[in-house]
Amino acid sequence: MAAEGKTIDALSQFELTPVLGIVGHSVGFTQSNALMLLAVGLITGLMMYGMAQRSLVPGRFQALAESAYEFVQGLVTEQIGDEGKRFFPFVFSLFMFILFGNLLGMFPYAFTFTSHIAVTFGLAAVVFVLITVVALAIHGTKFFGYFFPEGAPIWLAPIIVPVEIVSYLSRPVSLSIRLFANMVAGHVMLKVFATFIVLLGGLGAVGPFVATLPLALNIALVGFELLVAFLQAYVFAILTCIYLHDAVHLH
Amino acid sequence: MDDRNGFEERLREARTRRGLDKPQPNRGSLPGGSWGIGFRAGVEVVSALVVGIVLGGLLDRWLGTWPWLFLVFFVAGGAAGVLNVYRLFTPRRGA
Repeated sequence: MAAEGKTIDALSQFELTPVLGIVGHSVGFTQSNALMLLAVGLITGLMMYGMAQRSLVPGRFQALAESAYEFVQGLVTEQIGDEGKRFFPFVFSLFMFILFGNLLGMFPYAFTFTSHIAVTFGLAAVVFVLITVVALAIHGTKFFGYFFPEGAPIWLAPIIVPVEIVSYLSRPVSLSIRLFANMVAGHVMLKVFATFIVLLGGLGAVGPFVATLPLALNIALVGFELLVAFLQAYVFAILTCIYLHDAVHLH
Repeated sequence: MDDRNGFEERLREARTRRGLDKPQPNRGSLPGGSWGIGFRAGVEVVSALVVGIVLGGLLDRWLGTWPWLFLVFFVAGGAAGVLNVYRLFTPRRGA
């Protein structure tokens, strides 16, 4: 498909197409939504099925479920402190949703829903609203002191306050752009080198031999993408924790 | 139990002496090599600029003062971007 016209078409993989026939078409249910539901189902299945046994010596699924739980719990308590325990369910769902979204996107014919800025910005906006509400609920109007550091001369306020407000508002933007850009860049690179394989493979006698070069690169890239999938979910979760720490402790 | 704790202690000391244990990264530090850090710094600057531009533009459209608030918030966005990058490289205050 990509190489038919001897051109590299790396961006069509991000197009949304409705699924589920006429019903999906009329309500705008796309493959992105389908994969989100699949990710939620898989996470729920993993946790329910994995913890159904509750054995002392965990089996495979229980070990996976427990290590995911303990990983996020360590992250939350280390970053936020003891007050962070109440945010654990939120951070855990966020982390698992992004992680499964990134990993499901690595399957052939699958769609990476984290490669859409609308999705990542939606997640980041939820985080942003949460940290603002938490800070306001805990600290009340003292929260607005966040935008003006103590001890700074008062005549600097017209400069510092807008800069701090813009810096605070840029949090969800940078959070969403980071995840979205990483996923898009990785999948575009995979597609470009996969197209090289097809194009070079058709170059007559030497073609198949030359085509092994982009093939080798693509194999390395798939491994790298798996790393990025984990890393970006981790970065999203840890930044959420850092922002929550700022909201709870406010300094 | 004491013996075992002592053993763990001695093992850790020995491992540190031989340089087998990498020093633990600081709390709140994010993973990433030089590419990761560079990319993160770039994202911080760009997103702060985007927020400044959008905010300034919206305020201007609301108050009808184009292009003055846009210019002010463009500069503020640039400054906020630099501030974000500065915060990225300074260890977080408090614990």
